[in-house]
Amino acid sequence: MRQALQSVRLKLDPLVCACRAARETAHLMVGVPDYDRYVAHVRATHPETEPMTRSAFFRDATDRRYGGGGRTGVMRCC
Amino acid sequence: MTAIRSHAPWIALALIGAFALGTVALHRGESIGALWIVVAAVCSYLVAYRYYGLFIANKVLRLDPRYATPATRLNDGLDYVPTNKYVLFGHHFAAIAGAGPLVGPVLAAQMGYLPGTLWIIVGVVFAGAVQDFIVLFLSTRRDGRSLGDIIRQEMGQTAGMIAQIGILLIMVILLAVLALVVVKALVGSPWGMFTVAATIPIALFMGLYGRYLRPGHVGEISVIGVVLLMASIVYGQHVAESPTLAPLFTFKGEAIALMIIGYGFVASVIPVWLLLAPRDYLSTFLKIGAVVGLAVGILVVMPDVKMPAVTKFVDGTGPVFAGSLFPFLFITIACGAVSGFHSLIASGTTPKLIENETQARFIGYGAMLTESFVAIMALIAASVLDPGIYFAMNSPAALIGTTPETAAAAVSAWGFVVTPADLTLIAQQVGESTILSRAGGAPTLAVGMSHILSQLIGGEALMAFWYHFAILFEALFILTTVDAGTRVCRFMIQDLVGNAVPSFRDTKSWTANVIATAIAVTAWGYFLYQGVIDPLGGINTLWPLFGISNQMLAAIALMLCTVALFKMKRQRYAWVTIVPTVWLLICTLTAGAEKLFHPSPAIGFLAHARKFGDAAAAGQVLAPAKTVEQMGRIVFNDYVNAGLTIAFMSVVIAMVFFGLKWIFIALKSDDVTANDAHVAPAE
Repeated sequence: MRQALQSVRLKLDPLVCACRAARETAHLMVGVPDYDRYVAHVRATHPETEPMTRSAFFRDATDRRYGGGGRTGVMRCC
Repeated sequence: MTAIRSHAPWIALALIGAFALGTVALHRGESIGALWIVVAAVCSYLVAYRYYGLFIANKVLRLDPRYATPATRLNDGLDYVPTNKYVLFGHHFAAIAGAGPLVGPVLAAQMGYLPGTLWIIVGVVFAGAVQDFIVLFLSTRRDGRSLGDIIRQEMGQTAGMIAQIGILLIMVILLAVLALVVVKALVGSPWGMFTVAATIPIALFMGLYGRYLRPGHVGEISVIGVVLLMASIVYGQHVAESPTLAPLFTFKGEAIALMIIGYGFVASVIPVWLLLAPRDYLSTFLKIGAVVGLAVGILVVMPDVKMPAVTKFVDGTGPVFAGSLFPFLFITIACGAVSGFHSLIASGTTPKLIENETQARFIGYGAMLTESFVAIMALIAASVLDPGIYFAMNSPAALIGTTPETAAAAVSAWGFVVTPADLTLIAQQVGESTILSRAGGAPTLAVGMSHILSQLIGGEALMAFWYHFAILFEALFILTTVDAGTRVCRFMIQDLVGNAVPSFRDTKSWTANVIATAIAVTAWGYFLYQGVIDPLGGINTLWPLFGISNQMLAAIALMLCTVALFKMKRQRYAWVTIVPTVWLLICTLTAGAEKLFHPSPAIGFLAHARKFGDAAAAGQVLAPAKTVEQMGRIVFNDYVNAGLTIAFMSVVIAMVFFGLKWIFIALKSDDVTANDAHVAPAE
């Protein structure tokens, strides 16, 4: 039984991967980087600081995309 | 032997492509399958990517995985993040893919499908994709700096300043012409107007939902938004057919233009999360969906192209835009073949996300090839229509009148037989009162798309739905560009004025915000309004101006690439960027000179000004003016357009001067002088 489950999971694995990648692509298309990766990065390189919460991270990404504070913001092409 | 074997499939691909291209080019007769064009384009892209792209990567730029990219060196999890190359390809494609490749090819179809097809394919392979690729490379080697910064770095402060002003002018024209496309699509169309208006409350709802209820759930927010949008398209039919609701959403061009100007101001001043960001989600995902849908539609339905390969309008007498094949075809189709704007994107966020610089070929060159394919699909969508319908939709009322009878007579007289009944029928099928004189590309593309997609799903019953779906996606997309672009203009203006008045730079200051936004909106709003009241439809005047400016930016970017190659001591290969630079300079300077000095008032701004000036002096009033005072305004507009053309030409000539100067300096030096990445590859 466990073996069967294991093989199902193995088969699903590339599918899960593809879904994650699709989600990440869609998020990045509208300027939102991957949150989990950001948290992992902060934990690994700046263990003394607490990463932003998901909603703060989202707000920050929105501000970055549309400019302000010295950034010109995104310009979509013609 | 193995070498031959590894090349064999590519040779086969090249042969298939050449055969398809030959069929497309030499075919004469009733109609030809659109699939031939698709095969010719795709084979060309693949072979170009495999050989020319690789040549640039290995020989010209010598991409080296040992150079650490900004993403790996400066990784902060926010701006600089090493990103999977397929994910980044999607991001980059979404950023470069705009409304341009959907409009230009549709307008260029007046010369037949062949000239456009050839320019899109040749242009992207040797100019457009090369520019995107090399600028991406240059920016990746320079911490992801912007185009303006790189120009400043490699060609000096003055050149950087001139380029910056040039970019601002180009943005103003871009925003005006894109907004004009929307106006042209929505005039007298209650259904279209309702759905576009409905995006505002939908976006507000999405914005509040995403801010307070479920922050960060982009997917969920977008799905809700798309469902609501589809519902608004369906309900739009009810609005269009209701005698009480329809008049509320029926407007003249002038009114729509003022609404878009006012809306653009508000949308770029209020917090972005409320309106701009959610509309951005909707338009991005709708665009990707529509592009994929169109591709599937063309592949499955395999429509026939009814437009002749080459029409008589290559001589410059066409009704859609004035000017002969050279140089105006190469100006009209900018995006899709080569787009200067991409140099801003390729030096924007993408270089900060790239994992390894060897992926620059896939992302830079590859994404531009994909965009070019979008342009090919737009050309196909316009060419599957009956040429008579195409010309009735795209010719100004000044030439074909305002009734199906006059339009059918005028268009048939040009040799494209169409009956009034045909024109009325197609309008009915797509749920509009009329389809005449809807220049600007969007409505034509929408009819073409509904023609193709309705054969895929729904048949004739869904034609009106697909038409309004296509209009909505283009309008939404363009309006998002206009809002975001207004903000970018605002920051640029704040930065420029900040040189004199430092306090103006403060982006938190409401006074500075409102003033700078007002300047930006007034600038593009002026050209938009001028285009709307133009009797020749505005697109006629503004699109070439936009094309010239966009191609000039490409020439500047390719000039920068050339300078960089010389500074890197790779001048042996500098022809890779010199050839497209020279071609673009020839096209844009010729087109600019013709727009200024051409004796025909339809082409030359000065001739047009003279015609109206002389008439006014003689006390005559020419359409569209109704008073002598209006005549004066038309003359004034002509001088503004002429002044702008001169400004563009001066900017590009100045940049050529700086480019030559730096090439000369680089040649005199024996060392590499490029301000390349300071991180030397680890041995």
